[in-house]
Amino acid sequence: MSDEVRLHEDVADVRNTATAESAAVDFADLDAFAPVVDSSRHFEWSRVIGPLAVFVLFVVFWQYMHQSGMRKFFDKPGFLLPSPVTVIHDSFVSAPDRSTLLNGLGWTTLVALTGLGITIVIGISLAVMMAQAKWVERSTYPYLVALQAIPILSIVPIINSVFGGGLNSRLFVCIMISIFPIVTNTLFGLTSADVGQHDLFTLRGASRWTRLVKLQLPSAMPAIFTGFRISAGLSVIGAVVGEQFFRKGSKPGIGIVMEQYRQRIQFPQTYGGLVLAAALGISMFLVFGWISKRVVGHWHESARKAG
Amino acid sequence: MNRTTATLLTDTMFTGMTDSAAAPALSFSGVSMVFPDGTHALSETSFDVRAGEFVTVVGPSGCGKSTLLRIASGLNKATTGTVTVDKSHLGYVFQDPTLLQWRNVQRNVELMAELEGIGKAERRARASEAIALVGLKGFETKYPKQLSGGMKMRASLARSLVLDPKVFLFDEPFGAVDEITRERLNDEVISLFQRRRFAGLFITHSISEAVFLSTRIIVMSARPGRVVGDFAVPFEYPRSPELRFDPAFAALSGEISHALRGAHA
Repeated sequence: MSDEVRLHEDVADVRNTATAESAAVDFADLDAFAPVVDSSRHFEWSRVIGPLAVFVLFVVFWQYMHQSGMRKFFDKPGFLLPSPVTVIHDSFVSAPDRSTLLNGLGWTTLVALTGLGITIVIGISLAVMMAQAKWVERSTYPYLVALQAIPILSIVPIINSVFGGGLNSRLFVCIMISIFPIVTNTLFGLTSADVGQHDLFTLRGASRWTRLVKLQLPSAMPAIFTGFRISAGLSVIGAVVGEQFFRKGSKPGIGIVMEQYRQRIQFPQTYGGLVLAAALGISMFLVFGWISKRVVGHWHESARKAG
Repeated sequence: MNRTTATLLTDTMFTGMTDSAAAPALSFSGVSMVFPDGTHALSETSFDVRAGEFVTVVGPSGCGKSTLLRIASGLNKATTGTVTVDKSHLGYVFQDPTLLQWRNVQRNVELMAELEGIGKAERRARASEAIALVGLKGFETKYPKQLSGGMKMRASLARSLVLDPKVFLFDEPFGAVDEITRERLNDEVISLFQRRRFAGLFITHSISEAVFLSTRIIVMSARPGRVVGDFAVPFEYPRSPELRFDPAFAALSGEISHALRGAHA
């Protein structure tokens, strides 16, 4: 009876200490949960202003190079590097060029996204298999590294005869270039759960599958998303590199379109293509940063900062 | 036998002990442990823990105290000797809270029940009860990184509670928290013990924590660890924080400290 009463006091006491303790928790941790709109908006501004200033400087520098820099430093005419305004005007205001460029961007995006999708599936499966036993990892890892070391140029003939030199060949190059970071990051993530957490699962005799799904994969999520972000950028590079070698079919990507403009000495449109390709890479990076923040931001530090 | 009985032993032991004095809930018999690298951690250790008994093991660091718990829970296998325990009702609180960072308090506490295959509604109810019991009500949706060290330990405690342990192992759980928090958590453990009357086996470096919590204290020698002292703690529950300043408390602490110094030699 008296025990019961004491217990209640105890719990009340604990509630008080708990509140006191939570007050001591770093405020930064609570930001995500407290919708203090004004402070967060202010915070965003200070983060945007620096990159914006650098961007303005870059455009000014570009304009300067067009007007006199090219002549002064390289002894080349300024039209080889059209001014930013000309690039935007000629590429995106005139309807036929705009649609040619956007069409090219579309094909490149298709290859990059499909490639990335396949890369993610293959890469994660590979990493999960490698994480099952040290010997699997040891026997496959060297080949993964070797894959990185093969110059695309040297296997162009093989890709050509196997995939036909069209969209599929570009897809292959895209996967080859972007798969490494996904495998290594996922593998690193899968082995990142600490020994104590594994003990917890061992205590209850958890199966390999349960351990994978409830412990290893969740704890790997931040690392997996880091891999996604890097590979997303690489998949765009892979898609454009692929276009340098494989141009069969009527599906010209942005790299092919740029090359055609360059051959016709239409430099503003060539640079327009470059702007689009860069924008594609950056958006892929940002989109994955955003998804990562949505998925693991509430429990993992790095995701919130990276977003 | 290396069994010393404290002079303070009286008959004011916790009443829960008498009605369950039959078979021990946890029993070590002749347990030795030699690790693959040759480290001889435990040597011929034997003792029992009964329901309603709260046994604390103190000993020099590296004497195999934690190994004892790992063997009891089945995480490690003893080189020789046997351990008898019902693993289906085993609670284990580690040195670190080992919470899963991607789960909030509620889902972390549910984990053990989830691994045991207990249905969703049932484990949710059990988790809520355990959370209330350790005083974390209102923090169910918080994530580990939003909690203080003491609160994480509470969540870890609650996680073990959902399986309604008959045997409760504590591996130096409050070593990393400050003294004030540690004393509060000690009160917490005592009120859980009074309520659930499990068989407790607690590892600590702190003599005062040991005396404050337990019904019995076992002193182990330096590596390879073996039992060199066995003290009964006569104080009645519930134990008030003032007990720590009682002369009898100091006297018993002194004896244990003495036995520990002997253990080092």
